[in-house]
Amino acid sequence: MIAKSYSLFKKDFHSELRTRYAINSLAMFIIVAISVILFSIGNETITTSLTAGLFWVVIFFTAMSGLARAFVSEEERGTTLTLQLIASPSTVFTGKLIFNMILVFCMNLVIALLYSALFEKFIVQNFSLFLLTFVLGNIGLAVASTIIAAIIAKAGAKGTLYPVLSFPILLPLILTCVQLTLFSFDGTRFEEAKFELAIVVGYDVIMLTASYMLFDFIWKD
Amino acid sequence: MVWKIFLFLLLAFVSIAGITFPIVEKPSAWYEFPFIPGLEENAKIIFFHVPTSWLTVIAFLLSTVFSFRYLRTKNLDDDAKAYSAAQLGMIFCILATVTGAVWAKFAWGSFWSWDPRQTSIFAILLIYGALFALRSSIESEDKRATLSAVYSMIAFVTVPFFIFIMPRIMKGLHPGSADDTNAGPVIDFKMNSNMQLIFFLSLIGFTILFFWMWRVGYRSIIIKDKLNKQLTGPLAG
Repeated sequence: MIAKSYSLFKKDFHSELRTRYAINSLAMFIIVAISVILFSIGNETITTSLTAGLFWVVIFFTAMSGLARAFVSEEERGTTLTLQLIASPSTVFTGKLIFNMILVFCMNLVIALLYSALFEKFIVQNFSLFLLTFVLGNIGLAVASTIIAAIIAKAGAKGTLYPVLSFPILLPLILTCVQLTLFSFDGTRFEEAKFELAIVVGYDVIMLTASYMLFDFIWKD
Repeated sequence: MVWKIFLFLLLAFVSIAGITFPIVEKPSAWYEFPFIPGLEENAKIIFFHVPTSWLTVIAFLLSTVFSFRYLRTKNLDDDAKAYSAAQLGMIFCILATVTGAVWAKFAWGSFWSWDPRQTSIFAILLIYGALFALRSSIESEDKRATLSAVYSMIAFVTVPFFIFIMPRIMKGLHPGSADDTNAGPVIDFKMNSNMQLIFFLSLIGFTILFFWMWRVGYRSIIIKDKLNKQLTGPLAG
């Protein structure tokens, strides 16, 4: 199963390298979103909490603009049936999840680097806490957006529906991650952020389990 | 029929008692409510606001249970039940949000202040909205039922966080928050026995009302589907 998932991932990776559709649109989206924020800020200095919030706003909308491709592209090319024949649902989901996960990590790394270069208040005091939040948040984001992308693809690839469906599901994750990012800016110790970290870990685990259990129903219709 | 009259009498009594019974410092007569510091006259909203938000959660639970059953049985009647419960849940969710906001205007001074409870009811409203948006975007009956069942189950795993964890760990203004000292856990000991009685009567009355509305709702959906099939059947065949 792992080998099959890996070859599925490799297929997506190669087709992505060939067209560079997701990478290009994500990169442009990040630049556009951050420059709009910078234009609207102008010469004013914004607070730390606002910086942490805006960081996750850009992450959320960038994810919404690019991650739906994973399953929509299969529906567009008409390759869904072939995939259904050659691989089990969980294999397909694992392959797509790995691809989206890597995409999310790359794009959020770029966003974080741009933020630390462009925003004065983006100063991380507790780096290990920030790193942990970043990793856990990305995992949750990738899992939730992959399963919603599968629903969207079956619903006829309605573009506007994707953020509408994802936002309520991602809200607990984003709220907690904003809080944790703020903690890492303030230099809060690990012990004080324990509860929020537990929530994010719980969210990731629950989402992963629920996605694997429910993906069968979406995939085989 | 008998229980409909009983329900009418119950809800009429609860409405009259909840609105007209006076709040006094030291309640002695059976119809007097105790004075709760920090809530005062505003405390009366508990008879109407709490049942609506309770039914929002019950409706969501029922919707998820029948979604789960639909995924197992693939019986469209279960989908009709889940859909009907979600519709009612949306209505009660809006009622809870509006009554809460009106109460907040008088208790806290503004209609909306992103208190953890307000955030969570808003998130549930968004989930219901997303569910209906998803349903209306799909033509095929089976596909619509399956996808909305899956979505409502995914939403259900995140909702406990909103309703049960977040309001209790975050500092907020709503009675029952983590740092609430004067209004405290209102239901446990701040209410006297007659206030508790009317509160639970109201809860029971609203719950019966909900199940009645739900039954009417899903039956009408099932009958509508049947009629549609009968009307289109001969043409298609």
